[in-house]
Amino acid sequence: MSTAHPPSGSGALAKREARLAWALLAPTMISISLVVVLPLLAIIWISFKPFTLTDLRPPAPIVRESLRGEGDNLRLEYRVRNSSQELAITGVTLSDTLPLGLTLKENLPDHCYLTNRNLICDFGDMNGGDREKLRLPVLATSDESALEELAEGSKPVMTGAGPSVLTSFEFSSENFSRLFDSNEFWSVLWITLFYTIFGTLGALVMGLFAALLLNKSFRGQGFIRGLYLFPYVAPVIAVAFTWVTLFDPFSGSANALLLQMGLSQSPINFFGERPLALIMVTVFEIWRYFPLSFLFILARMQSIDTSMYEAADMDGASPFQKFWLLSIPQLLGILSVLFLLRFIWTFNKFDDIFLLTGGNAGTRTLTVNVYEQAFAISNIGAGAAVAVVILLCLLLFSFVFFRFISREEGL
Amino acid sequence: MRNGYVTGPILGALWLVVIASTLAVTMSFATGALFRPQVLFSLIWGALIGFSYVRFPVQNGLIRLALSAAGALACLTEVGPVLIGPEVTLTSRLITLVAFAAILHLSLQAILFDVPYATLTRHEFEAAVIRFCTGFGYIFFTAIVVIPFYVMVMTSLKSQQELLQNPLDFSIELSRGWDLFRSYTELFSDFNFGGYLWTSFYISVLTVFITLLFSVPGAYAVARFRFRGQKAFSRSILLIYMVPMIVLALPIYIAFSMTGLRNSILGIVIIYPVTTVPVALYMLQGYFRGLPTEVEEAGLMDGLSRLSVIWKITLPLSLPALASVSLYVFMIAWNEFLLAFMLLDDPSKFTLTRGVSMLNSSEIPRQHLMAGAVIATVPIMALFLGLERFMTKGLTAGSVKG
Repeated sequence: MSTAHPPSGSGALAKREARLAWALLAPTMISISLVVVLPLLAIIWISFKPFTLTDLRPPAPIVRESLRGEGDNLRLEYRVRNSSQELAITGVTLSDTLPLGLTLKENLPDHCYLTNRNLICDFGDMNGGDREKLRLPVLATSDESALEELAEGSKPVMTGAGPSVLTSFEFSSENFSRLFDSNEFWSVLWITLFYTIFGTLGALVMGLFAALLLNKSFRGQGFIRGLYLFPYVAPVIAVAFTWVTLFDPFSGSANALLLQMGLSQSPINFFGERPLALIMVTVFEIWRYFPLSFLFILARMQSIDTSMYEAADMDGASPFQKFWLLSIPQLLGILSVLFLLRFIWTFNKFDDIFLLTGGNAGTRTLTVNVYEQAFAISNIGAGAAVAVVILLCLLLFSFVFFRFISREEGL
Repeated sequence: MRNGYVTGPILGALWLVVIASTLAVTMSFATGALFRPQVLFSLIWGALIGFSYVRFPVQNGLIRLALSAAGALACLTEVGPVLIGPEVTLTSRLITLVAFAAILHLSLQAILFDVPYATLTRHEFEAAVIRFCTGFGYIFFTAIVVIPFYVMVMTSLKSQQELLQNPLDFSIELSRGWDLFRSYTELFSDFNFGGYLWTSFYISVLTVFITLLFSVPGAYAVARFRFRGQKAFSRSILLIYMVPMIVLALPIYIAFSMTGLRNSILGIVIIYPVTTVPVALYMLQGYFRGLPTEVEEAGLMDGLSRLSVIWKITLPLSLPALASVSLYVFMIAWNEFLLAFMLLDDPSKFTLTRGVSMLNSSEIPRQHLMAGAVIATVPIMALFLGLERFMTKGLTAGSVKG
């Protein structure tokens, strides 16, 4: 009698299932890799290049065609220039169709020739900032203004290309060395850490407090829960501008209130003074995201077994004891998960600070710095370098996250 | 500390400071006139009233009420808990006094309920402190949530001079009639806000559909099938979730500039779903895992193919989850600002958030900006309040996206 062996390898059914799984996942995978993975690779690529906003278009020849003068003086003019001031373009040619009704009066210059009505000129190489003018005296056989329109209406075709910074294989670590050498970077890092740590902790503590308030059923509980979620649900642009209006130093209600209550003597520029602005954006962050922690903590609280509290009551535990010794240990899991997730998300936050202060008055975090470098100073390479630093930090965080979370939530 | 005649006055004193501040801020915001809480006098009056609430049990309700009323009446002098300015109208004064006495009496009665005029047990003491903290918590959270939204709505109804004259005065002159909504009519007639509303709406709806189209099959595969790399896949979804938008926005900006997709609605509709698909996938796979497999297996036994099982059994069962996900994705797309700001320059193609950000300039009056903020907020709030059940679920399931 032969012994029975369990089947080894994957059977036909399992294979079919895996095939279907990949087919179902394919659209998502393709689109995500196109729009997430590819840009991430691109940003690492760009961070090693001296790439500015003007380099977005590679250098190219630019031509303007015009018909000038009248009668005997009539001439067809082509002005060609290099769009870049620094980079050379190689193999510049111009080709255009001479409009019917125009005939050349003189011989063409050496680098041009005419076949039928097709004019082709070879300009060779053009250095950065070069300009060339081609002047062809012509004879008009029909109405001049109509011809002018005809000549200027047909665009000459240019060829020739320069080196694109983006696709070349030259790399330099200049962006990074300049980034780490500047004092600004370290202050930006400290500001980011302050904002992230206090924003996260504050939102967590406020969320816990709000959850404790609502962890009992009474009439209107649903309404109040909905109300407390408002800051999170409203568009960031609306609430950020409201805060700016509310705390405006000249026409803001908060300042008017403080003056009237006698709490301050002169208007305070909440979003414009150095330590205060950072505190204000952190407070905004806490205000806007406490609803999220509150929702999670409340959900967890309501799933705690009530028999535990009944047992504690039987043993004569006081309310505070029940909170510290029962609720907090039960909530520790969700609290730590929330802390890690919110930490990462606060670290990534851009919109809020950008709208509140624009990164001024000592509130420039790493993410705001990406924008500032790439668009305000229009040095995309430097912005990309900051972005790479962010990605590295994130890799570190997610490592911690996965080590920790896989135990906590079984993900 | 744990003696009725100590606990009562302390809690009473602190509570009166809370009440006085709340009332003063509320009345200031309502009328713009001078109401100033006086901390020292509040503490004194509060201690006195708190003591009386412990000393006299409920049967002597009249004495308690009289003391609260005395505290309220003291506001007319200079030594009351709230200092009322001389220019305040009689009605406002009356409202303040009555509200003060009533709120103080009712709340203090609740807080110091069954605190005896003797040594307290630990339970009684902690229960009283918790009641105090609860009361403070409700006032505090309600104030911080309501005040910004109140300011937003009221500012949008004001005119330029009114705002400059007294930034605190939020009372509405009903006599202005429809003129109150002038900022709104100007936004719709001169700034094309009707168009922006429509653009935002259809972009959000399209985003929802495209997101569902991609994420439902993906989530089903992750939740139900066993295949190599399943775990790595669900982790990488979470990882993508954590990449900051500004980092992606930079290369996307470059790529869109080169391909001419910048400044087009098509580009926005391509890019929005990509930001929402990971969230939706994550939410949906959690829900699909919770569905009993037996129902689907029964369908398979009866000869349905996998795809028709998904279409005929799984999807109808997960309608509530689909509603939550759709709402959540709609909210993300509606509120999205960064990509719209970076990719759209042409005012005829703006989404609502981009349109509002355009109003933030020194040439455009503040009330227009606030009216724009209200227009952006109201639809999402209406949706949220109407479908709060789904929304809360969606938020909890979406767990982390901020």
